[in-house]
Amino acid sequence: MHFEFNVEGGNFSKAGTASSQLKKILKQLNVDPRIVKRVVVALYEAEVNIVAHAFSGTIYIDIDTEKIEIKLVDEGPGIPDIELAMQQGYSTASPEVREMGFGAGMGLPNMKNNTDRLLVTSEVGKGTTVEMTTYLNS
Amino acid sequence: MKVKEIAEKLNLTVICGGNGLDNEVNGGYSSDLLSDVMGSAQAGNIWITLQTHKNVMAIASLKDLAAVILVKGFLPDADMEAQSNEENIPVLGTNDETFEVNGKLFNLLNGK
Repeated sequence: MHFEFNVEGGNFSKAGTASSQLKKILKQLNVDPRIVKRVVVALYEAEVNIVAHAFSGTIYIDIDTEKIEIKLVDEGPGIPDIELAMQQGYSTASPEVREMGFGAGMGLPNMKNNTDRLLVTSEVGKGTTVEMTTYLNS
Repeated sequence: MKVKEIAEKLNLTVICGGNGLDNEVNGGYSSDLLSDVMGSAQAGNIWITLQTHKNVMAIASLKDLAAVILVKGFLPDADMEAQSNEENIPVLGTNDETFEVNGKLFNLLNGK
């Protein structure tokens, strides 16, 4: 099964739309609720990162009997130091974004903790790609 | 304990999402950092916060939270209110500060 969602940079009122859709899809597919919870947390954080940092992005989701694969590709500033960005508490979010309670440097660690495999690749000035895999029988 | 019972006992105003007053509450989580709630709140918790924007409801819904309590007289933005009604997740209001609400809710849920 394949799904795609577009994400608009800066539009916080739509943040979480893809996560909410995926939650419904996984529930319909009778995926273990514990797995649904983890996947939804990881996707929400990744979705919010595009809204908070990038200009636009696309989410590609592939589900088969073994795994859920999510790929988020954005056009944006990119991440100069991914290792630093992965550290809990590190954030480059704007003051406006922080005021909303985002940008506490917890997003990427949350994604890491809630997926079986996380790969972040980025090109400064071009964009970032996040790939997350969750195994259904883990 | 149901959201309705907590609202009555702690004298909280039901601002919106009234159709979810029968949601069952198993505990609370207090934070104004959205990723903290996303990472650590448990399904069935009541979320105590001063954030009033729509993303609060997105998180409450994704995490299957029972209700949201807004402290210090804060009121939800219009789109937060709309989503609360749509998702049947009540938003409750109080003039108390977070510390006071936490204490009262903790005691109530623990039968003290």
